[in-house]
Amino acid sequence: MKTKPRTAPQRGFHFDYLMWLFTRLSALAMYLLAIVGIIAALLMSARQNMTVADLMRWAFMPNPNHVANTNVPDVEVWKGIFWQVMGILILFFAGAHGLHGLLNVLEDYISRTWVRNLLRGLVFLVWVLMSAIGIYVILTS
Amino acid sequence: MGLKRNVGLMEGLRYQGKGPMLTYILHRIGGLGIVIFVALHILASFLSNQAWGTSAGIFINTIYEHWLFQIFIFFCALFHTINGLRIVILDLWPVLIEYQREAIWLEWFVFLPIYGIALIVIIRGGLGG
Repeated sequence: MKTKPRTAPQRGFHFDYLMWLFTRLSALAMYLLAIVGIIAALLMSARQNMTVADLMRWAFMPNPNHVANTNVPDVEVWKGIFWQVMGILILFFAGAHGLHGLLNVLEDYISRTWVRNLLRGLVFLVWVLMSAIGIYVILTS
Repeated sequence: MGLKRNVGLMEGLRYQGKGPMLTYILHRIGGLGIVIFVALHILASFLSNQAWGTSAGIFINTIYEHWLFQIFIFFCALFHTINGLRIVILDLWPVLIEYQREAIWLEWFVFLPIYGIALIVIIRGGLGG
């Protein structure tokens, strides 16, 4: 049986290449945001008042709820527009990075084109929905 | 698309990919674990603040506050973070791909002590201090 030749991947800038690059760059961005969170927490008296586990929770998502159960004297200092923007940035990078990764894993096990397109749409919708819920939680906490 | 898998599961498991293959598999498992955890966590923190969903939010909280789940999720997060940094460095500076095996060894040297210490702390907490 003669096998059908596969179309060669498109060269240059196209969506899959951009997402490949985005996955790498968003990883670096998340490292940067986490380091900013850790340094700022240490400057805001984390060394005396927080455990390493609390510091890591703050680094992954700088949300005042994550320091509410620690010994920090004033939780009000840990709220504010700066930390909300930081949280939304982390949510954006982590959400896009994670759901694109999920799509990559799923597509490795699916060969039918229409199922792949359906999944792409579905994962995009999940991303929009979860980002909206996450931003709502960040802005209201 | 002519994407047909001609390799069965058992044959795939016998593939002798060694170190790089192991990190590839663990990177996938770790990534999926993080996606599941973050999705649950966003939902739980949203539900906990709603009058109609407080008990559902607290129920989801109890799942990932369990120490067995913490052992799993900390493995996912730490391995995905460290292995991801290796992938980023080797992909963005391709001349370094020559040292991939050394990079994987280095990665395990960083990962194992941190995970080991965390494991002791989590299990001690799980068994009641």
